[in-house]
Amino acid sequence: MPILEVHALSKSYRQAGGETTVAIGNITCQVEAGEFVSFVGPSGCGKTTLLMSIAGLLAPSAGRVVVNGKEVSGPPPNLVLLFQEYNKSLFAWRSVLGNVRFGLDARGAGSASADTKARALIELVGLKGFEKHYPWELSGGMQQRVAIARALAYEPQVLLMDEPFGSLDALTRLELEDTLLRLWAELKTTILFITHDIEEAIYLSDRIWVLSGRPSEIIQELIIDFSRPRDQVTTRADARFMELRNDIYRQIGGKSAP
Amino acid sequence: MRAAKINGLLFLLGLLAVWELVAQAEWVNPLIVPPLSKILRIFSELIFSGQIPLQILVSMKRAAAGYFLAAAVFIPLGVFMGLSPTVYRLFEVIVEMLRPVPPPVVIPVALLFFGLGDEMKIFVIFFSCAWPILLNTLDGVRSIDWVLLNTARTFGLPRRKIIWQVILPACAPQIATGLRVSLPIMLILVVISEMVGSTDGIGYFVLDSQRRFKVAQMYAGMLALAILGYTLNQLFNLIHRLVLPWQWGMMKRKDEG
Amino acid sequence: MNGLKSFNWSGWLSFGLLLLLWELGARATPKLQLYFPPVSQIVAALGQALMAGPVAQHFGVTLGRFFEGYLLASVLAVTLGVVLGYIRFLHSLLETSIELLRPMPSVAIIPVAILLLGIGDSMIVAVTVYASVWPILINTIDGVRHVDPTLIDTGRTFGLTRPQILWRIIVPGAAPYIVTGLRIGLSIALILVTTAEMVAGSKGLGYFILDEERAMNSANMYGGIVLVALMGYSLNRLFLLLEARALRWRHGMMARQEA
Repeated sequence: MPILEVHALSKSYRQAGGETTVAIGNITCQVEAGEFVSFVGPSGCGKTTLLMSIAGLLAPSAGRVVVNGKEVSGPPPNLVLLFQEYNKSLFAWRSVLGNVRFGLDARGAGSASADTKARALIELVGLKGFEKHYPWELSGGMQQRVAIARALAYEPQVLLMDEPFGSLDALTRLELEDTLLRLWAELKTTILFITHDIEEAIYLSDRIWVLSGRPSEIIQELIIDFSRPRDQVTTRADARFMELRNDIYRQIGGKSAP
Repeated sequence: MRAAKINGLLFLLGLLAVWELVAQAEWVNPLIVPPLSKILRIFSELIFSGQIPLQILVSMKRAAAGYFLAAAVFIPLGVFMGLSPTVYRLFEVIVEMLRPVPPPVVIPVALLFFGLGDEMKIFVIFFSCAWPILLNTLDGVRSIDWVLLNTARTFGLPRRKIIWQVILPACAPQIATGLRVSLPIMLILVVISEMVGSTDGIGYFVLDSQRRFKVAQMYAGMLALAILGYTLNQLFNLIHRLVLPWQWGMMKRKDEG
Repeated sequence: MNGLKSFNWSGWLSFGLLLLLWELGARATPKLQLYFPPVSQIVAALGQALMAGPVAQHFGVTLGRFFEGYLLASVLAVTLGVVLGYIRFLHSLLETSIELLRPMPSVAIIPVAILLLGIGDSMIVAVTVYASVWPILINTIDGVRHVDPTLIDTGRTFGLTRPQILWRIIVPGAAPYIVTGLRIGLSIALILVTTAEMVAGSKGLGYFILDEERAMNSANMYGGIVLVALMGYSLNRLFLLLEARALRWRHGMMARQEA
């Protein structure tokens, strides 16, 4: 059974002037446990709304989401959403360790075990030694790693990531892509990833769904079967890589939503 | 940086020296501007005799009572008003009506209700510190980013826990600002309320000294007030640094950067 | 359409309810009437007093003192603040003295002022000036010092002379800070005028309110308080109006930031 199912999800908003904007038109898809899948679409096509609806933080206007066989009507206990603005999502009053532990503490895990798990993940993301630092003392890339560590320490079955590397510089982005893949392989989480960076999506994913502009719908599904572990040089050098990239680009490139 | 501080110190000492000389030479009426040395002498006398510390204690008891009472009432109110639009709208008009009242003007009302006792001053300070505390708390709650709240939700935190574990720490810096701004207000109002309706306290002491033409004593009282104000500030900063260490670091970097 | 929705029905209702409670409670319990005279009585007293004359006079006296003190303080403090903010050396000389004098509550200056100037208009204006100068001065210095060096360098690249840079770049650049200081100074000025009138006055709304309390005319007392609140409110509104005009560029920028 797929771990995540989305059935005919749609979401619309009533604007201040009385008009209705349809952010998500009609999304139906399924994700198997352990997969790494990505949504790629032009900016403004409602990707964040989509993730927040799947994560149970927004109620859909129509359709439903099923996680692990249970219908979603609020934040599901085994699913975590990682926000794009990581600096606004970290708790300024908690240290790195305190932040990474947050989900575990919230769940009621014992203090010692929460501590151990958190420290393990801090080391896994390469931030060993920074446990006592506060978020404001860290660079953007480091903050994002804290956010990722926090999400993964919670050991969710499904991890939703909203353009997590969008506001980082190019080199940091590549580094974090590999870190993420490494973590994903080790922890065997299911990851649903959103990005506007086509090449990033191809590099990371098993499957890609291409979204149209608003109201968004899936206009294409692509299976990415490059071998794992992926490599920044060899995988991207594959001829197929560019073909896929161009294919997707033709569908969504240069079309920003109004 | 150091050189500038030394400059400032030297300049200040220079001014004080000029004061002393001018007063001693009686170029100004010594009844109005006594020599600095005399003021300092009387000041230390009053300190060691316990007079000034006693008056300060009397004033501070009232001030602290009003201040903490205001915090205890208006921080929770601010949080409720910030979280619930219904509560906010309910209180909004009343708050907007009471805000423009300059705090000292409430003193006669307090006199009417409470006479000349401590309660009068406590009430006045309570009223005066209310608005900065309330408005800053309100502001803090309302400016919490939705990303932060949704992050807490995605980790499965229930509503009540979110308020305690996320919302309060997140708006703590702004609450601290409100409390900080209220500190000088508290001090001003305790002095005023004592000048208008009291028979003790440091504010009364200064005014009374003037009435009895004990001018050096009056200046000594003012000096005591300045030191009191300075000490309260430093105390607040210390507590701020202990309770909100993360914000302290952020602020320091902002100032240096 | 939206105007109707955004009108705060519940707020005005709760306020009106409070007033109603006050009115009915006061009428029902004569014993309370000293502390809570019926609202209608307050309004009547207000109307009467305003038309009869003395209260209008008190109002005018207080307003006059306020303007004198506040405007004088503003001119002094902004000028001094710009000078101190711009000329580092002067600032370094005075900084320690300023920092030592600041923590003293400005109302403590009232007895000294009485000593020097007796009890009258000049004393009240003097203490108002003293108290209002502080926030305006500090904020002005702050604002001038925090003007982005990039802006100043830009001016120099364009060959502006020092006075031109001061006038065209630094003062407008520091304007938001200065305005903040002026706004705080406004509240402080009103506080000091009313306080000084209470401590040692024979005219003015501060004196009036206290005097009516002593005479147990609570309706008049509350009336006076309402008048002061109205004065404060109107002055604030006036200030916001002037500020909006003067800082049109900043309002647009901030509005966009918030959107």
